Formats: sequence, structure tokens, C-alpha cells
Amino acid sequence: MKRVYVNEAWCLGCHLCEYNCAFANSGLSDMVLALKGKPIYPRIHVEENEQISYAVSCRHCKDPVCVKSCIAGALSKQDGVIRIDKNKCVACYTCVLVCPYGALAPSEAGVMQKCELCLQNACGEPACVKGCPNRAIVYEERGEAE
Amino acid sequence: MKQYVIIGNGVAAAGCIEGIRSVDPEGGITVISEEKRAVYCRPLISYYLEGKTDLDRIGYRGADFYESMRARVLLGRKAVRIDPDAREIELDDGEKIGYTELCIAAGSSPFVPPFEGLDSVKNKYSFMTLDDALALDRGIGPDSRVLIVGAGLIGLKCAEGLAGRVKSVTVCDLADRVLSSILDTECAAMMQRHLERHGISFFLNDSAARFEENTAYMKSGAAVPFDVLVLAVGVRANTSLFKDMGGEVNRGIIVDERMRTSAQGIYAAGDCAEGTDISIGQKRVLAILPNAYMQGHAAGVNMAGGCEVFDKAIPMNSIGFFGLHAMTAGSYDGELYEEKTENSLKRLFTGDDLLKGFILIGCDERAGIYTSMIREKTPLSSVDFTLLKKAATTAAFSAEERRKKFGGVV
Amino acid sequence: MGVEFIYPEFEVVRNDARCIACRVCERQCSNEVHAFSAERGAMVSDETKCVNCQRCVSLCPTRALKIVKSDCTLRENANWSNQTIREVYKQASSGGVLLSSMGNPKNFPVYWDKILINASQVTNPSIDPLREPMETHVSLGKKPDRISRGADGKIVCELPPQIDLAMPVMFSAMSYGSISYNAHASLARAATELGILYNTGEGGLHEDFYRYGPNTIVQVASGRFGVHEDYLEAGSAIEIKMGQGAKPGIGGHLPGAKIVGDVSRTRMIPEGSDAISPAPHHDIYSIEDLRQLVYSLKEATEYRKPIIVKVAAVHNIAAIASGIARSGADIIAIDGFRGGTGAAPTLIRDNVGIPIELALASVDQRLRDEGIRNNVSLVVGGSIRSAADVIKAVALGADACYIATAALLALGCHLCRTCQTGKCNWGIATQRPDLVKRLNPDVGSERLVNLMTAWRREIMELMGGMGINSIEALRGNRLMLRGVGLNETELRILGVAHAGE
Repeated sequence: MKRVYVNEAWCLGCHLCEYNCAFANSGLSDMVLALKGKPIYPRIHVEENEQISYAVSCRHCKDPVCVKSCIAGALSKQDGVIRIDKNKCVACYTCVLVCPYGALAPSEAGVMQKCELCLQNACGEPACVKGCPNRAIVYEERGEAE
Repeated sequence: MKQYVIIGNGVAAAGCIEGIRSVDPEGGITVISEEKRAVYCRPLISYYLEGKTDLDRIGYRGADFYESMRARVLLGRKAVRIDPDAREIELDDGEKIGYTELCIAAGSSPFVPPFEGLDSVKNKYSFMTLDDALALDRGIGPDSRVLIVGAGLIGLKCAEGLAGRVKSVTVCDLADRVLSSILDTECAAMMQRHLERHGISFFLNDSAARFEENTAYMKSGAAVPFDVLVLAVGVRANTSLFKDMGGEVNRGIIVDERMRTSAQGIYAAGDCAEGTDISIGQKRVLAILPNAYMQGHAAGVNMAGGCEVFDKAIPMNSIGFFGLHAMTAGSYDGELYEEKTENSLKRLFTGDDLLKGFILIGCDERAGIYTSMIREKTPLSSVDFTLLKKAATTAAFSAEERRKKFGGVV
Repeated sequence: MGVEFIYPEFEVVRNDARCIACRVCERQCSNEVHAFSAERGAMVSDETKCVNCQRCVSLCPTRALKIVKSDCTLRENANWSNQTIREVYKQASSGGVLLSSMGNPKNFPVYWDKILINASQVTNPSIDPLREPMETHVSLGKKPDRISRGADGKIVCELPPQIDLAMPVMFSAMSYGSISYNAHASLARAATELGILYNTGEGGLHEDFYRYGPNTIVQVASGRFGVHEDYLEAGSAIEIKMGQGAKPGIGGHLPGAKIVGDVSRTRMIPEGSDAISPAPHHDIYSIEDLRQLVYSLKEATEYRKPIIVKVAAVHNIAAIASGIARSGADIIAIDGFRGGTGAAPTLIRDNVGIPIELALASVDQRLRDEGIRNNVSLVVGGSIRSAADVIKAVALGADACYIATAALLALGCHLCRTCQTGKCNWGIATQRPDLVKRLNPDVGSERLVNLMTAWRREIMELMGGMGINSIEALRGNRLMLRGVGLNETELRILGVAHAGE
């Protein structure tokens, strides 16, 4: 299946993906209205260390430890995409405790959220990919990851 | 066609069903459930008291779960005997069910010590099942003074669930600290202060010696009046079925890394099973939900003729009270690295070039990165641990490892 | 401050109603213009550092930024322009030679813009390139003057070595060092995909790029950096760089700070040592000396590769070209005074050399007059900005054009002309790893291919309009050109009639 991959070699550490993600999932059509003057809660985050930077979002693992660990049955895998039912999540942070990539984080409402490949919002394709200025984030088929 | 039978209907059973179906779409599956309920999220019963979930949402899987998995579920029935030679299970009503492969996912039961005078207490509850929670829900009122015996995960989650709904909550425990199974002294003290700030009172290093109707007399001599008593002292694995048929049992049913027990064709998973805790390299009952599912899933796959090894079991818990979260994993011996602020505490334990365990309280960390290092036994010499100590980040891994993890061009 | 203060040339205008303080501008500005002020809870900027490279403007997700020319002005003076006065201040403060980058920005005439192209009407049919074949392919190298037959009476088909190009454009010399690894990778990959050539410049050839050899011109310059046998063998042609349009008569100087890692290895000089290319080749003081180098290189590569001699367009360019055409060189490359550079003394860049249009016209005419035009192909560069410039250059007599500034623009360059600082925010003229990675060669090569593909289409459209279906038939066809607003002398040198004639 197609996944979001980050080519670390081309990541600028500009953090635009985080803002594009937060905007795409805001449900609003105006980025300024959506993001100005408030903390953002993106589902992708940029990891940085000296010369390294790269964005991390859900890997949609073949064997998802988060789904297996969710105490509320809120996480599930549907057609290869790991989804979260925010209505069921009780914010116990067990998924945060187990995800080896650090791909889950609390939303503004407190319950967890994660990348669902922009399949549920109006963006239609991953906003992080669309907005990446250096094609560091790509959405493509590369075979199964672990 | 294989006939799979699962004793128990908790998360391990759900994992087992999904494990079987990932390999064998055909075989018959029968689930024997003592509780008259579809599989639900047991750890959420305190959230039910708190009003953060309800009877609809507490279901672990969708309403069509058994149907979509083509599993027959016998609600309100109890297995009383296993005949391993005939490969048969006898139910409480005498019905016998044959099996090709059996999974015991019978869970655990509350352990109630023989307190003197306990019989005189009318309004007493355990806190294990949804029925317990529903009963407790009915038994409390705004004026109730609640005494909880047991300051472990169950007792304290119960305390949190009740705190806003009753007059007072008091918790007592023989241990000298709260959450003694997962927190060390200082971390426990921090959590206790937080709980106290939210109105929970404690009697620690002390416990009820005897009860007289609505009063508990502590070992220290103190008398604690209460209206509602919750017993959350501990749990015991439900191993008797297996033990009675001559199976190998310690504290739990002993299983190997494919969840096989000592008996041919019989598997065990979840809170009743005793697998290997790789953080200490010893057999141990790890009664936590992720383990239950993963053991159940592995058992299911192996029962159906596939091969799934579950050899990554470590103790790990994420538990929050009134907004303060504690995330813990692994074992707490080895060299200590610590970061402290007024509202947070971070402790990493290292030894033998490995991260052995951690306790994070009130830390905004991507703790799974640490957890995976324990589970995967990542050598610290292969990562930038100086960086990792400060914050859980995959940037501390080598370029090769990052390429493997993320599949990108590094 | 005080007497040394020069008011910034640009102002950063931030629309606070739109700014979401995402800090992309701050992270992307290597000049550190932008910063987040926690006290003010807003972004602030220090425009004294701004070079107007437009990186922040381009990346701002809410279009909250623009850079405008400051309207803080000195009293108007037609003789002493603001720029001139500022430069005096700078020199009074520093005592140094002013440095600049890219091409001459001064208001000299651009002859391309005073030349118009013909089209067919009624008496000769135009050709529709979408329906009919159109040849843009050219080969560069010596051409025989006449058909000759061997002892057996058969036509001799063996030609001296040639460069084959799918269109009459090549990427001109930019060294690894002056531009980044990723810029080189982009050029090499695009040239390969397009069937044209790029040029290593005098920095040697990075080992990773040997695989693009068939689409590479390797350069031998006065510093002889990175020149060795494998290097000479690697490319399709060898270029001897005698001069550069942006800085005729002077050499080059890549500061030691930029000679790091791969750059040092590729140039074959120690890390941290300044790479100084002398003004002249110390072994070339005459056409005869040049001939020796031409033939040395031919010998070294067994006469399998054409030799290009690149010179800057200077006053007596026609005579110089005549000499080069007799030196054994296969191709002459002439670089006009608007050609770009990674760093040059401002005064040289802005005042030395002549326009390529005039140089080309006079060289082509001189070689024809002397009957040696077929001895060499002519490649011209120094601000070829569009397909129209290419067509006009070919009609004036060029076999092909060199482009570099246009290629850099395709890679993201915004012509801020501060390459010499090494802090290129677009990842082009820099060796800082965090900046180099900003140019993803996947993107860069794709954009170069797009640009050249577009130009090739336009070239075909223009040729079709003239009723010409092969670029070879346009070469030197000055009847296809007319001048506007040019005086008699200019028209005579260009060899074109005035519009209306």
C-alpha cells in the first residue's frame, strides 16, 4: 500500500509539514483562521538533531503494536490504514507508550490522534506530502515495512 | 476442519479469535464466556464510573465482531473440566464440547484476604468486571464515604473514577507507597501528592485489620468509617481448570513463546498465563492488556497452524490520574538517569549496554521509543544515548537504523 | 552605526494579520533575518541582513511576507546614484575590493532585445512543428570544407570528433565548489535526460558524476584543479578555459573555507587551502602556446574528443577567435560580459568586456571572411535568457548556446547576487550541508528538463514560423533578423538590416 515516506536527505527541517497537517485536519479553509495565535497539534512531527532532520508520522505498520495495545479498542486497522476512533479513546497514553516511532500524540481535545493519510479530511492526499517544498516527504508504494 | 475453543471472553480471547482468523478462515470457533457480555475493555470500567465512556463505547470490538469472525459465543456459561485425552470440555450444565485446539484465556479473579469481620460489611464490592462497576455505580451516592483496600492500579483507578461522585475516598494498602508494582518510592510519593491534591486520602504501610459493619480498624489502630467498601487487594490467575487436569502451573499457566502449555493442543493467553518477561528473563504473569492481546493473537495463529512467536513481553503501564500520567516499562535496576521538575519526573535505568526500564511521570515524551529499545534490546552503544536521555527521539538512532525504521532515503 | 551605517537596501514587510508565527522564515533564512520574539509573541526581522533571495517569501505558507526595495533614499543625483554612493561608503569603511556575483546588472544595451525575428507570409510557407518534422539536433566540432573521396573513390565519412546535442543549448561551466553537489547532480542528470551537455567548470569532476560522462564537458583552467587522466577521459569534450565573461583578464579565488571534504578531494588540493586560479595560464602566452595545450589534450585522449577553447568577449575578440580557430581547437566558446560568476570584483564584472551579440557577429563574420568558419563550431554564452535569444544567436552565427544563469533560476536561484557569501538559501551556491540539502536533485533535474523542453518547443515554433525546419539552416542566416533602434555601426557589426529594410 502507499505510505508516507520521508527522505531524510532532503528534509529541510522547515516544519511546514506540521503546519500543513494541522491545517488540513482543522476542517477550516483558511490557514490563518485555523492556526494563528494557537498551539498546533499536527499528526506529523519533525525530529531534529544537529544536521539531521526528518518528519515522522504513522508508519501504518503491518503488525501494529498500538492497535494490539489499545485498552479502549479505539485503534484499528482498516484497509491497511491505522485509524483511531476518537470517540472511544480515553487518553490513557498506552499507544504513546508502545509506538516505536512516536507517531501518536494527544489532540487539542486531549484524546490521541495520528496520521490517517488525510483520507478522512478535505485534503484528499497527505497534506504533508503536498506541501513539502523539497519533495522530502513522498506518498508512494515501497513494499511492506516491518 | 479444526474446532477451536476459547475459554474466556476477554481481550486475550479477542486476540485469539483474530489470530485464528488471520490464518484459518474456515475452522469453527467457540468462545465460552462466564460474563454475559461481548468482549469489552476491562481497564475502562473506572472510566465508566467517571462518565468518560458508556456501555456502547466500552465494547472492545464492534457489535458485529463475533459474526464477522464467524465465532460462536456461549454467554453465561462456565467450563468446569477439561479432558485432554478426549479433547473435550465440560460445561457447567454438563454439555461437552470437543476441540481440536484449545486456548485458555480465563483471566484472573480478585483475591480477597480473609479479613476479620468482612461478612459484617454490607456494601462491599470488588472492582474487576463491568458488572462490578455497574453494581458499585448503583451502590454509591454523593454522600458516600468510600474506603478502597488496595492502592494498586485497580484500586487507584477506582478511586479516580469515584472521586467526583462521592463525599470522600480513602485508600489503604499494606505497601508503603501507591502503585508499588510499577513505581519506586519517590515516584510513588509524587503520584500520591497529586492524588491527595485531588481529595484522595491514604493509609499506607497500614491496612484494614478487621471490619465492623461500617468501620474499618487499621493495623495502626485507626478507625476508618465508611459507607462503601471496595476490595482491590490483588488478583489471582484463573489456573484451576488447567491445574486440575494435571497441567503445569506456577502462578499462572506456564506457556512458551508460542503460547503452548504443557498439554498437547492447549494454549493459554492473557492474565491466566505465565510467559517470559524478557526485561528480567524470568517467567512471570504480566497481567496487562497489551500482553493479553498479543499472547492471545500469537496463540490463535499457532493454534491455526501458523507460526507466531511472542517473545517481547515486558511489564509496561501507562496510567493517569487526574491529568497526571505515569508511563513505566521494564525493570528498575541498573544505573539511574534522572530529570526532575516540580511536576515531572523522569527516570531511566540502564545496564549491560541496554535500557532496562523507565518511569516517566508528567513527561511529554514519545515513550514508545524507549519502550521499543527495551523490547528490542537495542544496544546503547549503537545509539546517541546522550541525546536520547534528554528526549525520546529516533534521531538518536544510527543512519542505518533510521533507514530501516522509516524506509526513506537517508 | 554612525558614519558607517548604510540603510538596508530591502525591507521585510510582514502582514501580521496573516503571519501564523510558524517560523518557517526563521528556519530557512541562513542570513538570520527573521526571529521569533517571545516577548512580543510575534516574528521580527532584521532587514540589515536581508539579501532579497526570496526564500522566506516563497516558503511562507500564508503569504504573509514580501520584500520591498527600501524607499529610504539619498538626495537624487543623476551622476552619483544611490548605488554608487553606497559603494563608496562601503569601500571607505572596508578598504576592500567590492565583490559581486552573477552577471553584470548595469543598464547596458541588451542587443537581443533590439533584434527581431522574421516569419513567413504568403510567398514562403511556414511549417507547423506539431505536424511536421523539425530538427533541433546539432553537432559541434570541425567540419570538412568539401566532400573528399578516398583512393577507392568512396566518400570519406570520418569526421573529426563531434559533440552531439539534441538542441543547441548546453549548461555552461559552473565548478563543484562554486555550486553545490546537488546543483551539479541536477545539471548532470538533466543534461543526460535531455541529450545535451553540462560543464564541470574548473573544480574537477566528483567521482559520483563520472557516470554522466557522455553528457559532460570537462574543463581545464588556469589552476588545473582536478585534472588527471581519468578526468580527461570522463567527458565527451574538453574545454580549455582562457577567460570568463564576468571577469575577463582575472583569475578565480575559491576561499579555503569552501575547500572541504569532497570539494578538496575533487580539486586535488588540501582541505582549507585557497583555490587560486591564476589570471593567465602560465604556459600560454600566444596562440602557439595555446596550440600546444590543445594538442597535449588531444594526445592525452587520442584525438577522440573535441577541444573547446573558452574566452571572454573582449575588444579584439574577432582576431583572438581567428587565432583560436587556427590553433587546432574544435570549438570556440565565447562568454559575453553579462555572463554570471560565483564571485568577481564588482568593478570588473560591471565594466570589462563586450556584449556577446556584437562579439558573436564579428567573430562569425571574421571566420567566414578568412575561410576558416568550418574549422570550428561557435558556442556563445553570457546571458542567453530565452529560446528567442537562442534563435537570434544561431541566426547571428552561433552553433549552440551556453546557459547558466537561466539554469540556476530553474534550480531556484532568485538572482540575489550574493553567491560569494556561501550562504545560498536555495542550496545552489553553497557548501553548507544544511543548505545543500535544500536542493533535491529529483526536483532540480526535473525543473531543468522542463525548462529546456519548453525552450525546445519554442525554438521549433520560431523556426517553423520562419519556414525553417532545421536549426542548421538557420545558422548564420542573418536575413532572418532585423534591428530596431540601432545605429549604423551597430547594424554593420551585427550584420543585420534595420527593421523595415
